[in-house]
Amino acid sequence: MKKVFIFLLILFFLFLPKISSEYWTFIAIEVLIMGFFAMSFNLLMGYSGLLSFGHAGFFGVGAYTTAILLQHGFNSLFLILLIAIIVSLICSVVIGYLSVRQDEIYFAMITLGFGMMLYTIAHNWTDFTGGSDGLPLMNEPILNLFGKKISLISPENLYFFTFVIVFIGILILWKIINSPFGLILKGMRENKNRLNFSGGNISSIRLFAFTISGTLSGVAGFLFCLFSSMATPDFLHWSFSAKPVIMSILGGAWNFYGPMVGAAIFFALEQFIKMYTDNWMIFLGILLIPITILFPKGVLGTIYDYAKKRYNSKS
Amino acid sequence: MEGFVLNLLNGLSWGMLLFLISVGLTTVFGVMGILNFAHGSFYMLGAYFCLEIMKYFNSFWIGLIVAPLFVAILGFIIEKTLLNKIYARDVIFQLLLTFAILLILDDSVRFIWGPGYHVINPPDILSGSVKVFTHSYPVYRFFLIILGPVVAVILWGFFHFTKAGKIIRAVASDREMAEGVGLNAPLVFSLVFAFGCWLAGLGGALASPIESVAPSMGEKIIIESFIVVVIGGMGSFPGAFIGALILGLVESFGTNLIGEIQMAIPYLVLAIILLVKPTGLFGKKIA
Repeated sequence: MKKVFIFLLILFFLFLPKISSEYWTFIAIEVLIMGFFAMSFNLLMGYSGLLSFGHAGFFGVGAYTTAILLQHGFNSLFLILLIAIIVSLICSVVIGYLSVRQDEIYFAMITLGFGMMLYTIAHNWTDFTGGSDGLPLMNEPILNLFGKKISLISPENLYFFTFVIVFIGILILWKIINSPFGLILKGMRENKNRLNFSGGNISSIRLFAFTISGTLSGVAGFLFCLFSSMATPDFLHWSFSAKPVIMSILGGAWNFYGPMVGAAIFFALEQFIKMYTDNWMIFLGILLIPITILFPKGVLGTIYDYAKKRYNSKS
Repeated sequence: MEGFVLNLLNGLSWGMLLFLISVGLTTVFGVMGILNFAHGSFYMLGAYFCLEIMKYFNSFWIGLIVAPLFVAILGFIIEKTLLNKIYARDVIFQLLLTFAILLILDDSVRFIWGPGYHVINPPDILSGSVKVFTHSYPVYRFFLIILGPVVAVILWGFFHFTKAGKIIRAVASDREMAEGVGLNAPLVFSLVFAFGCWLAGLGGALASPIESVAPSMGEKIIIESFIVVVIGGMGSFPGAFIGALILGLVESFGTNLIGEIQMAIPYLVLAIILLVKPTGLFGKKIA
């Protein structure tokens, strides 16, 4: 049943640009990228119990690497992706090393601080990053697939490219979470002392999870740079880091696909509210208050629990 | 020599402002276990309230006294209506809730006062300048440098020698035990949060003559006070003071030494302290 559902979902995503308008294709690309970003982030929050508030930093590092390389005339997208992965991997290892020795709020604050460090660099190193205006993509990104040149300016092509990369990324996350290492992560989330006693090295397990999560966020940033045709410091700002947190809470951090669903809900809300007002942030704040107070297990999680309780009490 | 003294003065005055903000943040964290993302927004509100009050009374001193009180009242209401519902919950919900408050406050300020800058003049008595070698240096900054330690001593005395201070420390160290001996912990929480907001508002009102009053002013200071609190040790009072001094001085001297990458200096300090002492300078070991 579940497999059929996933198969149908994939089929739907494959044919989406054929059946929908360009506008919705763009929305779908953004949801895919941000959902993937949130899922990478959730490897830390949902599965390892570490709340990072600086993930936009890695996302932005991926985006800026892409923008800078494209601007300097690199034309192989796969090479650029590889370099973006390496750069965000290095950043994740260094920042992860400094952060993973702390827990909870301390971890959140330290990652927030280092995320803002990356933001500051992007914002102030004007010669290299274009400063507060960001870096627009001057050259058309062209995918060279077995000698066939495919332009990613076309929304449909960009959609398929994004879909394939996100699909592979999600597969990697799936493999990790269902591996022995994934079990160790969940064990760490539930009781880190017990894991420590049974011989697990907390710091290195965390650092490994942090690195994977940060690197995949960099891949999401790579895609987002192609999508928005630029990299701006906003991508690294801590209010951007809050997005995957909110998406995970909306969709449910304890479900593998939850953050992706959360991303879709987030964009639906954003589109809806922006039809009426420009002050989207204030409405996001007003929406977040009942979400944090009334839904202790995330929105979908709490509704699911409630429905299950109702169902059980009836039967 | 002259450059050194000017940097020292700049560093000290900025450090004292940072201290006022960080000490509120760290007190609220130490007592309630809540990291208030919106703390910078309360700081910003302090400056805007001061600006608004000065329109009617044309006196900086009235603004300085009244504005933080309004911020404190707002903080009290927010604690009573929102924060007190999530103390038992996961950290993430606490952070998201204070983040939501930040979004609402920041955007409301932008909506009410506009996105532009406002300027507040220091009161006449403090508006002159003193000659430091060949440079003239604003008296107002000297005022800040003196005020910082005064506030620090008053706060320290308050926490250690008054009954209210002892009650706060009792609730902070063991809430259940404190309630067991008849202390009203929920009220203490509300008052402590209001007190933290008052300190933030005071910092904002004090900063208004030297920093331009704008919607983005809260963001700069909240990130830096996070760094202060982490390098000083979370919940530590002397940590906030020393941390703020270190950060203020390093930033001020950094402007001369390195130039373009000076904005990254606070984060380098953070990285070095974390490498040497992961719990911060005055932090207790976390189990």
